[in-house]
Amino acid sequence: MTRPPIPLLFLLLLASCNYSHNELLKAPEEQAALRTMQTRAYDTVDEQKTMRAVIATLQDLGFVIDDANAMLGIVSATKLEGGYVRVMVTVKRHGEKQTAVRASAQANTKTITDPGVYQQFFASLSKGMFLSAHEIE
Amino acid sequence: MRGAAMALLLAGCASAPREPFAVPPAAAAQRVMQSRRYDTRDEAQVLRASGALLMDLGFTVDKSEESLGVLVASKDRSAVETGQVVLAIVIGVLGGDVPYDHHQKLRASIVTHPAQAKSVVVRVTFQRIVWDSHGLVSKREQLNNPEQYQEFFEKLSTSLFLEAHDA
Repeated sequence: MTRPPIPLLFLLLLASCNYSHNELLKAPEEQAALRTMQTRAYDTVDEQKTMRAVIATLQDLGFVIDDANAMLGIVSATKLEGGYVRVMVTVKRHGEKQTAVRASAQANTKTITDPGVYQQFFASLSKGMFLSAHEIE
Repeated sequence: MRGAAMALLLAGCASAPREPFAVPPAAAAQRVMQSRRYDTRDEAQVLRASGALLMDLGFTVDKSEESLGVLVASKDRSAVETGQVVLAIVIGVLGGDVPYDHHQKLRASIVTHPAQAKSVVVRVTFQRIVWDSHGLVSKREQLNNPEQYQEFFEKLSTSLFLEAHDA
């Protein structure tokens, strides 16, 4: 009996472990670190004003608003210029005196995990809000 | 070394901007093109007029949020251009099979916000997604023709009975 060639065995091994439907509930790795880099707190309790600032900032950065819901504190937007990026932003009360803003961006089929990318977003948002951003743990 | 070459290869096929939140060089010019200011305090009236105008233009509303001044609408239209079809036929006769643009979804996203001096600023963005005759997405693009933005705001002025000012 001849043994099957090793590359074939290797392929079978690969085929057995990767199903694309497993992506459904898969969170990006290092979830906690990612959440920290995606979140900032602002010293305001005006959530509506914060959401309007988020929307205006995204528009200035070349995004088109896809959806906004004041009750749920959600804004989503898409950028088509120079590549396909989707972003979802949530706005919610943080403690007594702050509002937390979290942005999560997806480029093509991957979550963006570069802290510098999120820093740029919050730098623009802070200018639009006339407030400085605080990191929260 | 091989890893780097592989990474470059991968980076080449997916066009994701490296800095999606960097301020675009044309940010100010885009804002000017996409925005107008109307002398009214009634933001809801401006949103309603925008909705009515979009309806006149064949759009249907996908999302609306009055308290944030957001209105998103779209329409599906043909994307067939004669030149592309002729080319597809010629190549077809020669035995080849090239797709041509078939249909498109045109989207309008409108955001209003109250501005100084008792006025409301309207900012609109148009984009489209085009599918080819094989059913695949052939284009995803923002529409940046200043004349189309100008025409939109002229129509909005007419329905608001208000003059449009540069924002």
